[in-house]
Amino acid sequence: MSVADYAFYLFAMTTVVGGFFTVMARNPVHSVLWLITAFVGATGLFVLLGAEFVAMLLMIVYVGAVAVLFLFVVMMLDVDFAALKAEMAKSLPLALLIGVILLMELGTIFGVWQFSDGAEAARGAVTPALDVAHNTQALGMILYTDYILLFQLAGLILLVAMIGAIVLTLRHRTNIKRQNVIAQMHRDPAEAMKIIDVKPGQGL
Amino acid sequence: MVGLEHYLAVAAALFVIGIFGLFLNRKNVIILLMSIELMLLAVNINLVAFSSFLGDLVGQVFTLFVLTVAAAEASIGLAILVSFFRNRGTIAVEDVNVMKG
Repeated sequence: MSVADYAFYLFAMTTVVGGFFTVMARNPVHSVLWLITAFVGATGLFVLLGAEFVAMLLMIVYVGAVAVLFLFVVMMLDVDFAALKAEMAKSLPLALLIGVILLMELGTIFGVWQFSDGAEAARGAVTPALDVAHNTQALGMILYTDYILLFQLAGLILLVAMIGAIVLTLRHRTNIKRQNVIAQMHRDPAEAMKIIDVKPGQGL
Repeated sequence: MVGLEHYLAVAAALFVIGIFGLFLNRKNVIILLMSIELMLLAVNINLVAFSSFLGDLVGQVFTLFVLTVAAAEASIGLAILVSFFRNRGTIAVEDVNVMKG
């Protein structure tokens, strides 16, 4: 076995074990940390496959943004996770049954499939040789030309998600004081203060 | 020698773990969302593996879009979760029954 093979098995184990403990961990914070482990393993697999750009994107988007978002929400919500976990044992048999059946179904693909004869000819965008363009450059060349509409639509999806998340979580509390900028700017000395001539010994 | 089958096996295992997690943590929406992320990751591994072994870049382009949609889905899902928790004080899926649907 070469070094690349050992690296594959290392990253594959990291990914699968991380995924397994994500769904099994008792503490949701540990779940998120295992999820990060799984993503790091998948990043290694992508590097081994020669998809460096997607690998780095996975690192930045998933580990840097999505996992941290999960972490924030888990820590922000004051939920009794022990009560939620108590029901886990009840659903374990069904989950195991469905999991094993699905695994066996997916296992049937092994050894009984092959690329069709026309697969090579049907490729949409052939990967250029490494001395012509590296992975990021090659991806950019088709992403900004052939797939520009999808690219812009992806941006639109993110915009909608951003607006939706803000609208869903924004709330105006009624019983707290807020800074009213307009009112502050329209204060003028004439009505904000007055000078009273107080006679000695009398007070107001 | 590591071939395409090995990558597909990893992706299949990860996908099954995702489904397993969906059924196992039926009450905890946060873990449900994480299971969905795992399943999307398995799909991404499949796409990139086929893209690499077939020499076709389109698979990686598609992975980018799956990634985008997954990020949007996670943010919207967590936003719904936060506003639901504010209103009901729980995140159990079974309590999402205000509309009696």
